[in-house]
Amino acid sequence: MKQLPDGRFVDETPWSDDADLSAPERSDMDAPNWLLVWRKFRRHRLGLISGLFLLICYLILPIAGFIAPYTANERSAEYLYAPPQSINLWHEGQFIGPYVYPTTATADLENFRWTYETDTTRPMPLQFFCEGAEYRLLGFIPSDTHLFCAPEGATIFLWGSDRLGRDVFSRILYGAQLSLTVGLIGITVSFALGIFFGAIAGYFGGKTDWFINRVIEVLRSLPELPLWLALSAAVPSNWGPVAVFFIISIILGILDWPGLARAVRSKFLSLREEEYVRAAEMMGAKPGRVIRRHLLPNFMSHLIASATLSIPAMILGETALSFLGLGLRAPAVSWGVMLNDAQNLASIEIYPWTAIPMLPIIFVVLAFNFLGDGLRASLDPYKS
Amino acid sequence: MTPLLNVQDLSIGFGTEKPVVQDVSFQVMPGETLALVGESGSGKTISCRAVLRILPEAAQIRSGSITFSSTQQGSTVDLLRQPERALRKVRGNHISMIFQEPMRSLSPLHRLGDQVSEVLLLHRDMNAARAKASVLETFERVGFPDPARVWRSYPFEMSGGMRQRAMIAMAMVAKPELLIADEPTTALDVTTQAQVLGLIKELQSETGMAVILVTHDLGVVANMAESVVVMNKGRVMERGPAEAVLSDPAHGYTQKLFAAAPMIPQVAAPARPETNDDPILQMRGVCKTYTMRAGGWRKPTLITACHEVNLTVQRGKTLAVVGESGSGKTTCARLALGAEPPDQGGEILFRATADAAPLKIHDMNAEDRIRFQRQAQMVFQDPYSSLSPRMRVGQALTEPMEIHDLGRKSERREKAAEMLRWVGLDPSMLSRYPHAFSGGQRQRLSIARALTLDPVLLVCDEPTSALDVSVQEQILCLLEDIRDRIGLSYLFISHDLAVVARIADEVAVMRQGVIVEQAPPDTLFYNPRHPYTCALIAAQPEPDISRPINLELVSKGAGSPATWPEAFRFEGVAAPALTELEPGHKVRCHV
Repeated sequence: MKQLPDGRFVDETPWSDDADLSAPERSDMDAPNWLLVWRKFRRHRLGLISGLFLLICYLILPIAGFIAPYTANERSAEYLYAPPQSINLWHEGQFIGPYVYPTTATADLENFRWTYETDTTRPMPLQFFCEGAEYRLLGFIPSDTHLFCAPEGATIFLWGSDRLGRDVFSRILYGAQLSLTVGLIGITVSFALGIFFGAIAGYFGGKTDWFINRVIEVLRSLPELPLWLALSAAVPSNWGPVAVFFIISIILGILDWPGLARAVRSKFLSLREEEYVRAAEMMGAKPGRVIRRHLLPNFMSHLIASATLSIPAMILGETALSFLGLGLRAPAVSWGVMLNDAQNLASIEIYPWTAIPMLPIIFVVLAFNFLGDGLRASLDPYKS
Repeated sequence: MTPLLNVQDLSIGFGTEKPVVQDVSFQVMPGETLALVGESGSGKTISCRAVLRILPEAAQIRSGSITFSSTQQGSTVDLLRQPERALRKVRGNHISMIFQEPMRSLSPLHRLGDQVSEVLLLHRDMNAARAKASVLETFERVGFPDPARVWRSYPFEMSGGMRQRAMIAMAMVAKPELLIADEPTTALDVTTQAQVLGLIKELQSETGMAVILVTHDLGVVANMAESVVVMNKGRVMERGPAEAVLSDPAHGYTQKLFAAAPMIPQVAAPARPETNDDPILQMRGVCKTYTMRAGGWRKPTLITACHEVNLTVQRGKTLAVVGESGSGKTTCARLALGAEPPDQGGEILFRATADAAPLKIHDMNAEDRIRFQRQAQMVFQDPYSSLSPRMRVGQALTEPMEIHDLGRKSERREKAAEMLRWVGLDPSMLSRYPHAFSGGQRQRLSIARALTLDPVLLVCDEPTSALDVSVQEQILCLLEDIRDRIGLSYLFISHDLAVVARIADEVAVMRQGVIVEQAPPDTLFYNPRHPYTCALIAAQPEPDISRPINLELVSKGAGSPATWPEAFRFEGVAAPALTELEPGHKVRCHV
């Protein structure tokens, strides 16, 4: 700073006015949208962890049979309602690798329940890459190799066994295959319907908009649970579990689209006012092109976030239906079917581990919510 | 004399990046007006917000001190080192603030009276009745004709100017020693701006408070300030008494700002009337009314956006439509491009070449429309929203050709690169994303996009009003260059007479859907006839201390038509006809 005689201060650093007209002002913004979203999402710790958790969950699905020590409907008739067992490493101060203690069941005829005694003198090491019951890897490769299984004469019920002596841990893994994918199929159906109806309502407005809105309101006003019940009661009872599963996910999707259609519609209405959309219209672009090239790409990220937030509702819906005995039925395995076994309060009190399938539901639903929240927070990377 | 506020070596930064405000120092004397001038990103708003410590959460004050020496209490405190509790006593009480957006800075759920009196209830141990009396008095002081009604009304019942008055009342009611006004008039129309500035000045001379005025407009500075701080990229370029800085800027940046500031020229003689007649676009008797459904059982109301508009754009020339917000100028542009049909009876004719048969814009079939869209294009106001963030520059620029199925892929790219060179940019930008660029660069991109179809008519809807003055200057030059190079014709929409002064060949002044005066700019500025035009010209702040705003002229013309002189007076929509008073100079008046 230099002071002039008239009391002024003037900056002395040399100043020149030769800005490069073509130089990007913010090089950090010179990237496709997904990269910008990712950069912002990366800072969202909880969302990132949830995303990783879900990724691992979905990666495990096709190889669930390999990881589970038992298959879904394999019974151990001598071990009904066996309590969870722990895997230990040290026996009497000596490291002998992962092992379990064998247990034996006795019927307590006074209280009418099974009691289990653990023989802590005989550590029995687990076997790895062992042969067990046959399952299909990735759904079509027959295989009988398991990651780990119980040694001869012992059992490995990490989270206990149920009423019929089936391993809860293995069943949770198998159940995830249905419970986690029902949400995806349902969301695909509701996505397709929601985008289609939301887009035409939002873009064309007027009578179309009015009509679609009324349909949405009617659909929304139907009581959900009885409707589910009615629709799933309509599924012929002689269909196989997989067919039922598809129908259930489609029913969930059909009932869920109005929410998404509304989100799409309101986003369309606000995006339509953007000048680049007006510009495209002034250039002579037809509605189809405006929607495909300008509107959809710009709100795809919003859609993905809102889809992520509505998957949990699908998962919970499947669970609720199956819990009530109206969704999937045995021999299909899903978390809701497993909880169906835990309907009896007495058995939960005596054998609390039969309610363990609630934990994966809670974790997965929470993870989806955190992930969706993280995505939503990083959707608009252009605002700093 | 001790300064009221002394800012020393203030540095503020975000995260680990280099500071956005660097070693800023200035002093405000009691009763003085200090103007902080700079373009967007210069750090002027951040530095004045630091005074009240209302910075964004991520901002850190890295160094410096801000001492406030209250004359009322005779104490001196360093505002940056005060605990939050003590600072709350200062805010609104000793130092108060007016924000830029009057639309958003008042709570929509509270009555104005309650919002304004809150300051008194908080800071001046007053009971509700005394507070109300005091607020009503302030309302009257800031120019509300019926203070009791204002007390009861909600912000949404008020226009922008009225809301800004209410904001000023809120800032003034506790009689602060320092008022910080952050771009208080940027969102307002020019005549409202003049009145609000006049009000601040008047209140200041009455109460003796000091004012920090943050602005980007050197014209406002010349009218208001005693001392000036010019900022650029977070640093002070020049500071000192307003008179010295404005009459003889010492720093290169200040000189550049001055050169770029648009001015209404002082004209010695009226323009000679244009003789050749080769219209490219003609609007004849065009009206546009919108029906607003009031909801419920009430009858729908008709809103007139344009009434009896007759405009002619000559080939190769620029016709400018000037008006304040709500004057119907944008509707004019949309009608001219056929984006909306005019009311029955209006005619809009377009001649692509001098001897071509006129195309009826008001009544086009699909084929005509496609042909027309190639010949008439639009440049939009907001460079930040006129380019899709998902498309690379190249995609955005080739899209018009893709839509009209012109050329092969390589030819389209070639053309896009050529257009970039035309607007002064490098073709290497094609693969980048628009968000990497500044507002000025993006406005160039959207001009380039409009040019890719080789149009003959370009409609520019406020193409520079979202830009800094120095960039505005460049964009105007560019538009002039292109017009002369390929003989384009412009329909130029603007709210700013000074911008129009340099680019237009003919100016039409619009007010509430009606053209009140139309003439070549030189004639218009030499001899403005209509009181509304006079008000617009008078309200234009000039960066020249010797030409202050004439508030009397402004209030005469900006009021309702019923208060105008006899010859121009009318009521409702029964405006008198547009009469040609002298060749090429039309005024709406009774002859």
